[in-house]
Amino acid sequence: MDKKLESLRYGTDLIKLGFAKMQKGGVIMDVVNEKQAIIAENAGAIAVMALHAVPADIRKAGGVARMADPAIIEEIMNAVTIPVMAKVRIGHFAEAEILEALGVDMIDESEVLTPADESHIDKKRFKVPFVCGARNLGEALRRIDEGAAMIRTKGEAGTGDVKEAVRHFKAIMGEIRSLKGKTNEELKDVAYKINAPFEIVKETAILQRLPVVNFAAGGIATPADAALMMKLGADGVFVGSGIFKSENPQKMAEAIVEAVESYDDPKRLLEVSKRLGEPMKGIDIESLSDKEMLQTRGF
Amino acid sequence: MIRIKNAGILPYCDGIVIPGGESTTIGKGLKKKGMFDEIKDFGMNGKPILGTCAGLILLSKGVYGEERDDLIELLDVYVERNSYGRQRESFEIEVRFQNRLFNAVFIRAPVIKRVGNNVKVLAEYNNSPIAVLEGNIMGFCFHPELSRDLIFQDLFLELVRSNLRKLKTNKI
Repeated sequence: MDKKLESLRYGTDLIKLGFAKMQKGGVIMDVVNEKQAIIAENAGAIAVMALHAVPADIRKAGGVARMADPAIIEEIMNAVTIPVMAKVRIGHFAEAEILEALGVDMIDESEVLTPADESHIDKKRFKVPFVCGARNLGEALRRIDEGAAMIRTKGEAGTGDVKEAVRHFKAIMGEIRSLKGKTNEELKDVAYKINAPFEIVKETAILQRLPVVNFAAGGIATPADAALMMKLGADGVFVGSGIFKSENPQKMAEAIVEAVESYDDPKRLLEVSKRLGEPMKGIDIESLSDKEMLQTRGF
Repeated sequence: MIRIKNAGILPYCDGIVIPGGESTTIGKGLKKKGMFDEIKDFGMNGKPILGTCAGLILLSKGVYGEERDDLIELLDVYVERNSYGRQRESFEIEVRFQNRLFNAVFIRAPVIKRVGNNVKVLAEYNNSPIAVLEGNIMGFCFHPELSRDLIFQDLFLELVRSNLRKLKTNKI
């Protein structure tokens, strides 16, 4: 046996973080079947999220939302060459083991599904990389401590209202900026207050960004929404219901990809925003009761 | 060093790097922004280009099992995408390069299946080329930016430097 083969290493932190880095500057699109997955790939999606229903429909259906049928995910994996991600319930490590066995490229431990536990999955013991939602720095850093290779804002999924994603993103970025110039003692105080490990707080303070890739998600419905999140400092965006609940998914998908690539070029944004048809109808978050909010799931 | 996102800047550079990511996404972006032809001209004019992972795929002459219209075709190699498998099969491995061990990081990496006569193989893993050079075009299957050792970046910078020296001499 070749001696080199002995040092072949799979699923290391570097491999997980490296995968997440490759998604930077891209759009990850929710899809529920092969046809949608192919549309997403052709539009230039960097990856797809395979689901049994988009968040807007999950919200409408009510009941317990679980991991999708692995057969649906498998069909999508066979239909496209780009990475395929899939969601598991918060804390449901058995669902995660099933998706790891299936071979999905990344798992989203997602508040869009009904949580299975008050604690989150111990993601470090998995070889597959995870992405997790966060509303503030404390949540983000706790998830990273558990082994998340990517963070995304929670926003308010399935609403087509970008307001919460903006709020969460600004909260995280603002908290990071406020760490600047703090002494170790002060950072320890922050770590205690936001309930996150000191070492990761310190690393974040030095880097002046999250130590992992930081995406925006939840309510992004137009190219302008996507550009807004990129301008706020997002490394990329997830678009859930925004594409396949719009009047012309293919055009919308292409336009959002281009908006993320050209977010700092208003002239291009103007061009790609034209004649896209109706975006998803959406729900004003103000009209939702606290009980209907998905973002409060997890801690 | 700058990040180029639009057409019009590239012709003023001394060398360019096409990074990793998804080749389908990058390929579409390059065409839409009019950078596809710019890169092709850049390479045809003898200026150094490095492609890593997805970047290597875009520089190649062909991808097995795929009909592509976004290949720049500057490097005489044929590749297979996601050849080792999915993310689950992504790996790190120590490979021997210039009398040292280099920790190479392969993420959903392509495999170079065929190389043309003028292509020089710089490094190999598992009897298959992972770093190649053809004139001014360099390609890596792995992600040098994820390793601490910068030897492969140096290799490309040396290509850029020697090209600049050559241009200077030609002027005189």
